[in-house]
Amino acid sequence: MALLQVENIKKRFGNNQVLKGISFTLERGQVLAIIGSSGSGKTTLLRCLNFLETPDEGEISVGGKPLLNLGQTLTEEQVRENRLHFGLVFQNFNLFPHYNVLENVTLAPTLLNTDTPERIKAHAMELLEQVGLANKADAYPYQLSGGQQQRVAIARAWAMHPEVLCFDEPTSALDPELTGEVLRVIKGLKGEDRTMIVVTHEMEFAKSVADVVIYMADGVIVEVGTPEEVFDHPKNEKTRAFLQGFQESF
Amino acid sequence: MFLPVTLELLGGFWESLKVFLLTLAFSLPLGLLVCFGSMSKFAPLKALMRCFVWVIRGTPLMLQLIIIFYGPGLLFDLPAMPRFTATIVAFAINYACYFSEIYRGGIESIARGQYEAGQVLGLTKGQIFFKIVLPQVIKRIMAPMSNEIITLVKDTSLARIISVYEIIWAGESFIKKGLLWPLFYTGAFYLIFNGLLTVLFAKIEKKLNYYRG
Ligand SMILES: Nc1ncnc2c1ncn2[C@@H]1O[C@H](COP(=O)(O)OP(=O)(O)OP(=O)(O)O)[C@@H](O)[C@H]1O
Ligand SMILES: [Mg+2]
Repeated sequence: MALLQVENIKKRFGNNQVLKGISFTLERGQVLAIIGSSGSGKTTLLRCLNFLETPDEGEISVGGKPLLNLGQTLTEEQVRENRLHFGLVFQNFNLFPHYNVLENVTLAPTLLNTDTPERIKAHAMELLEQVGLANKADAYPYQLSGGQQQRVAIARAWAMHPEVLCFDEPTSALDPELTGEVLRVIKGLKGEDRTMIVVTHEMEFAKSVADVVIYMADGVIVEVGTPEEVFDHPKNEKTRAFLQGFQESF
Repeated sequence: MFLPVTLELLGGFWESLKVFLLTLAFSLPLGLLVCFGSMSKFAPLKALMRCFVWVIRGTPLMLQLIIIFYGPGLLFDLPAMPRFTATIVAFAINYACYFSEIYRGGIESIARGQYEAGQVLGLTKGQIFFKIVLPQVIKRIMAPMSNEIITLVKDTSLARIISVYEIIWAGESFIKKGLLWPLFYTGAFYLIFNGLLTVLFAKIEKKLNYYRG
């Protein structure tokens, strides 16, 4: 069974129907890249998956367990438990400025008692090693470049072992020369039990790292497929126009 | 004459200090409660708290002292509180309202992304507030808080309006004995104490400077 099942998610802000019925599934260990023009609802979708927004309709299931309880209002505790299935790496990092790099990574596991303090720290150091920042463990966020901050944010998110980690344009707030290091880290994290959803405008990256690509426009999924299918042989006219416009702008 | 006057004034200043310390002890946490009330999503509570803060900040502390001390007796025929207790009650409420507005400004200045980063990690509301928001708020409000606290040192002299002994009173009592200078001398006590506070706040601010943002 698919690890993640998203069924007919709808979300409206006032009169603005932002998500008009989003459905897809994702297998464990797969990387899904979501592309689409500005305002198509990509961020809103990730925020719904992380329960920062509550969908108006639809269902989200992880490992076969429905999380939205169809229509019923979730209690605060249910929302918090649902969030534990997902992680989110923000466009603008949102590190905690008053904690150093190591503390940023260990804060949530420590507060939520996921393990012994020694093991939490050891695991955090491993993650920092993986994102290439073990030597910055004592630094504060303001002492790091944007790319380094984003790599800390990635380690912080993985430290809670989410079943699905979402990235919302993880490199779009970075100077062009810093995007490479972050994309390399994300690519390097790809592994058997690491399931990821990456919203990105980096087409080359999406092509090389994704198992599945979704093209979204105006709150609907226009096209789904392997990177080859979506990038090289798009079936839909809209997808073709979007990709073409993208090539021209570079 | 200098030594006995100094000793007498020190005794008076100790009374002022008691008002100062007890007011801080009660108003700092009470201010946080008032602040939560005035930021509540429950509209009636929010309106009530904002109105309360407006009344307290919009009227003189001296008047509040008088009302809290004499009010219960005049209005409801209740026995009056001891003068000192009434002073602490009036001061604590008054300063809690000022502090609550400083806290509110600090809390509202924290970016939403900080809350959301805590939320997606699965932290509870309490953990997000006490471990992520509050530490950052404390740094941001240090300057206005130190201002307010220094004002409090001087405001303690208002307690004498309901006949609570404090340093100005101590100084003034020498006039009957033909000495005017002790009254002026009281100023030195305030100055020195506020000087110490200023140094202390500068130290704390420096300590909180280990990070930016
Ligand atoms: N909290 C909100 N309140 C009202 N409208 C919102 C809110 N969040 C998003 N929207 C609207 O929803 C639409 C989709 O926004 P969203 O941020 O999901 O798009 P996006 O695909 O992530 O775009 P971008 O590529 O620019 O990040 C926009 O029209 C936006 O104005
Ligand atoms: Mg977006």
